[in-house]
Parts: sequence; structure tokens; C-alpha cells
Amino acid sequence: MALFEGRSLHCRRGGRDVFAALDFALPAGGALLLTGPNGSGKSSLLRLMAGLLKPAGGALLWDGRPIAEAPEEHARRLHYLGHLDAVKPVLSVTENLQFWAALRGTTKALGGSLDAALERFALTDLAAVPGRLLSSGQRRRLALARLVAAPAELWLLDEPSVGLDHASVGRLAAAIAEHRASGGRVVVATHTALDLGDPIPLSLDSLAPPPLPEMVW
Amino acid sequence: MKGFLLVIGRDLRLALRQRADAWLAVLFFVLTAALFPFGIGPEPNLLARIAPGIIWVVALLAVLLSLERLFLADFEDGSLEQLLLSPLPLEAAVLAKVLAHWLTTGLPLIAAAPLLAVLFHMDLAGLGVLMLAMLLGTPILSLVGAVGAALTLGARRGGVLIPLLVLPLYIPALIFGVGAVDAALQGFAARPHLLLLAAVLLVMLVITPLASAAALRQALE
Repeated sequence: MALFEGRSLHCRRGGRDVFAALDFALPAGGALLLTGPNGSGKSSLLRLMAGLLKPAGGALLWDGRPIAEAPEEHARRLHYLGHLDAVKPVLSVTENLQFWAALRGTTKALGGSLDAALERFALTDLAAVPGRLLSSGQRRRLALARLVAAPAELWLLDEPSVGLDHASVGRLAAAIAEHRASGGRVVVATHTALDLGDPIPLSLDSLAPPPLPEMVW
Repeated sequence: MKGFLLVIGRDLRLALRQRADAWLAVLFFVLTAALFPFGIGPEPNLLARIAPGIIWVVALLAVLLSLERLFLADFEDGSLEQLLLSPLPLEAAVLAKVLAHWLTTGLPLIAAAPLLAVLFHMDLAGLGVLMLAMLLGTPILSLVGAVGAALTLGARRGGVLIPLLVLPLYIPALIFGVGAVDAALQGFAARPHLLLLAAVLLVMLVITPLASAAALRQALE
């Protein structure tokens, strides 16, 4: 099975080293749990994995092939959920979801998978409600429904449970479990308790690079 | 191709639901141009002489008004990130958004042009060429503007920077656009001017997707 791995990754943002010499390996069906204090680079690592950021050193490989060689192919196999929900205020819940699912190319069985995705995150009753009337938790659920509406092998989730109520966190955990059971893989950065089963922990706490020479007194 | 049409459809639907933005450009165009006859006086010959220049300059400013929204809303709500990670190449997404922008901004300006022609005593031949020149020229305004909008995306007060970046680049479209109408009004052939406008349009059709996509990737880092 293909392996998604990072080798001696080095991330630099705004002239500051965020982390260095980071390695990880994620097999099919696996879950990677990123932990670490604020500012330790969890979001930066997820953006690296998505291809939104370029690493300052090291490489990300999919099945032994650098993802930088075929960024569009990599984008096609991943779902990235950042801090922003990408919900348009004037479009209804269904219209919002439909656009992103259709863009991912699920043409035929679209009606069914859309309804299933809405059902999955208890959005069926809100289907016709415009985005501007949604609460922040409901917007988050709509963003999560995107993951289910169009299949992708790799889920990159940055604080997915922010603003979610207890029941919705359970739905998210169930969706992740089902995704993994069918061979999908997931990378999650979170501070809250989210039941991932048996995740591979990756702590970014100890990966901060040594302080710059001029800062050592 | 399907993704391209999807993005156009979404942007048109968004524009239709937020009609105030689209009306703003047209109303600005008509009202500002209508100020000149009041300011200069109702001298028909003078008005007809300056009409092509005024209509073009005002059209240019009207397009400028709407440029900031082109990528900003998508940037702020995270849609741009998702577009970048979608199977659709970002260059195609940019072109789709620019086309939707032209359909909601440039096309209404062309539709409003006859009204201004009456106001400025422009004859029918001049109006025909004016509308043809605008048909070729307003897409250039959207395309050049998209590069400016993409470049200023991460910047503070980007909306103020856009005119500074974009206005100098509008000069070729302005020269050939006015030249075509002037030629028609004075009985010369407008064709060479229109062909040059078309050439600028073709060049921008290639440059804009590449330049804007590169700028957007930079803004999203």
C-alpha cells in the first residue's frame, strides 16, 4: 500500500523557524494526531501536507514520489479543512455543498451523496437555510459535510471540532472511523478530546529548532 | 471544462443574490458621465467631440470600483484555499472568475452606453463603434484588473493600491478604444483600432490567468 510520509521536514515562516527535522509516516487507514502548544506549527504542517506551503527543507512523499512533482494530482486526493469554513452567506446549505462536491467531479450519484452528507452531520433540516443565518457550529458542520460529499483519500483537519456540540463531535469521530475503515487516512490537529481510535501521535513540542546563535546569551 | 462552468455559475449566482454590487458600477458609470454635460454646458459640438474620451475614462473608473471584490470575498472566507486545492487548475478558476466579473460589470456598462450616446449627441455610427470597442475593451479592463486585485490580496488597504497598479496598465485599452470611436466620428476607418484592441485582449487572456494564479498562490502561503 502507498505510504504518505514526510522526511526531515523544515518549515520557516516569516523568517522564523517553526520546526525542523520532522519525520512522519502515515499508512493507508492510519490516523496521525498532531499535538503541541499554540504556535508549535500544527497548522503550518497541515498546510505543508496540503501543498499550500512549500517546505524550506526536506520532502513530502506519496508512495515514494515527491508531491511537489504533481501538485494537482496530490490536491485531487486530499480534503483540507482549515480554520475557515468556505461557506458563502448568500447560498443555501445545499447550494454551498453542491458546488464543492460537483467541483470534485462526483457527477452521477450526486443527489444521493449530498443528502447522505447532510444527514451525516444533521444538516437535513437546514438544507434550504442561507449560509449567513448559520451559527458557527452549523457552518463548521457544513464544512465537515464537504469531506463526506466527495470522496478523497487523505483528510487534513485543522481543529475540526472547534465550535461543535457534543453530539456533532461524536458524528465527526464516526465519519473519521468509517473513512479509515475504507482505507482512507486522516491527519488531525486538535486540542479537544476527539476519539480517533488508535492514532499515531506526533508531538511538535520537541521539534522546535535550537534558538538562533544571536539569541543565546 | 465542467469545473470552469461551475465556477462561472457560482459567481453569477452570487452576483445575482447581491445585486447592489452590480448596480453600483452601472449607476456610477451613468451618473458620473452625466455630470459632464452639466459641467461643460450643452454645446452639442463640444460634447460630441469629447464624448468618446469621457465615456471610456468613466467606464474604466466604474470597473475599478468593482475590482476589490473580485478575489477578496473568496480569500476571506476560505473559498480561495479550497479552489486552489480543487481538481480545477487555479489558472482556469481565475479565468472563470474574470469572465463572471465581466458578465456582471462590463456587459451592463455596454448596455448603458446608448443612454450616454444620447446625452452626448453622439451619432449612430459612433455609437455602433463605441459599443463594439467596449465589447473588446471592457474584458481587457476585467483581465488587467484581476492581476491587480490578485497582487494586492494579502496587503493592508489593498483596495487603495489597486488603482495605482492598474490605471497605468489601462492606457493601451483607453487609447485604442477612444481612437476607434474618434475615427468613426470623423469618417475614418475604425477597423485598425479595433484590431489593436483585439490584440491587447488576446495578450491579456494569456497573461492574466498565469500572473493572477501565481499572485494568488503567493497570497495563500
